[in-house]
Amino acid sequence: MDLFPLWNSLRIAAIASVAVFFSGILLAYYVARLPRVLKGLLDVVLTLPLVLPPTVCGWFLLLIFGLNHPVGRWLKQWGFQFVMTWYGGVLAAAVVAFPLMYRTARGAFESFDETLAWSGKTLGLSNTYIFWRIRMPACRQGILAGAVLAFARALGEYGATSMLIGYTPGRTATISTTVYQLWRTNDDAGAVKWVLINLAISGVVLLTVNLLEKKQKEGGRRP
Amino acid sequence: MSLELEIQKRMGSFYLDVSLTAGEGVTGLLGASGCGKSMTLRCIAGILRPDRGRIVLNGRVLFDSERHIHLPPQQRRVGYLFQNYALFPNMTVEQNIACGLHGQWDRAARQKAVAEMIERMRLEGLERHRPHQLSGGQQQRVALARILVGQPELLLLDEPFSALDSYLREQLLTELRERLKEFEGPALLVTHSRDEAYELCSRLAIMEQGRLTACRDTREVFSDPGTCQAAVLTGCKNIAPARKAGEHLVEVPSWGVRLACAQPVREELQAVAIRAHYFGGSIEENAFPVRFVEEIEEPFAWILKFQYAGQDPASPPLWWRVSKGARPQTLPEVLGVSPVDVLPLYG
Repeated sequence: MDLFPLWNSLRIAAIASVAVFFSGILLAYYVARLPRVLKGLLDVVLTLPLVLPPTVCGWFLLLIFGLNHPVGRWLKQWGFQFVMTWYGGVLAAAVVAFPLMYRTARGAFESFDETLAWSGKTLGLSNTYIFWRIRMPACRQGILAGAVLAFARALGEYGATSMLIGYTPGRTATISTTVYQLWRTNDDAGAVKWVLINLAISGVVLLTVNLLEKKQKEGGRRP
Repeated sequence: MSLELEIQKRMGSFYLDVSLTAGEGVTGLLGASGCGKSMTLRCIAGILRPDRGRIVLNGRVLFDSERHIHLPPQQRRVGYLFQNYALFPNMTVEQNIACGLHGQWDRAARQKAVAEMIERMRLEGLERHRPHQLSGGQQQRVALARILVGQPELLLLDEPFSALDSYLREQLLTELRERLKEFEGPALLVTHSRDEAYELCSRLAIMEQGRLTACRDTREVFSDPGTCQAAVLTGCKNIAPARKAGEHLVEVPSWGVRLACAQPVREELQAVAIRAHYFGGSIEENAFPVRFVEEIEEPFAWILKFQYAGQDPASPPLWWRVSKGARPQTLPEVLGVSPVDVLPLYG
């Protein structure tokens, strides 16, 4: 059995999650402190992929990164082509998973008690120290939850991925596109295998989330 | 050692306009909630930027709108004790205190200073605890330790007891007073509690809607509040509009009486105040017939509400507070008050 879709899905989801993790936190932090009108506007744009059908996201990505668009042509000059390549899958997964990270991180930042940051400043702590050692730990739970959600979403991405990178066995096939492809070609036995693999991965992700939450609770109530 | 400030700041419809000079010792800012007390402290600490003005601490300019100086909070050397103490929840007591020594790179010196502070604040044994495992009083001590370890030049205390139960409050009040005595430098205490203000502050300024009255000796503010707001905040229960009726005589229309007043009365008199415990059945001055309308029992005193015989029945009754031992068997028909205790208010 060709395990390429598993490996491809995992690398796409991993890279996309890392990218979304940092960009989501950064944007959440800065958007939360913008003036209200600008904040509302950016919020809509950054959350849009969550509401739009993934195929519509894929359509937009094709439009921008396809070779008929200046952006796509310009990237092609530098040797990057997101259409029909595995790293195009990273782009598709990242765009679709981004709002989950962004919104949970923003919620966590907004519920952060700002007096903690103020007291850090009056104590002489640098803003960088306050961000990484006080704000981030206090928001850890929300940020972790966002990261896991984003990873799970990236791993299961189908719509935008199939639009942008299609299905080429051994090159762009992911687990979700493979399941569809096998079902379409009446290969039920093959589809079942991938469904089982999918179930196993989901189980591991959910278990991790539960363990993290438990650890968090215990860490908070040490005698 | 002194703090001088003169700042203005607009926030929405609220306008803060404060000037203040504070020397060594504790200066109190007494005001109702929402009057701009915390905002003033935040401006001094550098968390908020005033629109205009100047803040000078021990000759060091912290803020000057004309010279475009606005030092970041990190460089002000101002210790700020927040209402909720703002301890970092993810750090132990020790780590929290060490945060106050961030500029100190020598590890050994830092550990020594933290250990000394832990001993001084009686926090031994709690070094590895986290803030949520501490009692309110311990949290306050950690917060104070964290501030003092960095040797600030100014202390700002924002309602330091509002997060505590009332029985703890009295105990900690004494404790904090001792700690503040050790601190050399000015301290500003913001509070809405007259007890805290009276017990902790040597000087007191009253704050009302973003404005600050001149600083006066605390005892003086209590014995002669001077304004309606100050009278209310220092706990006067009986306040009524009044006008001048003579050199030492005020007329209170709603009470239907003319009261002799020890202080010379000025033309612009607006009201008079009489503290609830200053009345007496055997005082002969300012004695008028009264009618009792209600009794309220407190743990150690009675509040006897009454109206003067000639009082407008629609106006609120006056309060007479008698400690339980001193309550007369039969309530007097006439109540007097010494002219010294009739306090004229101007605005």
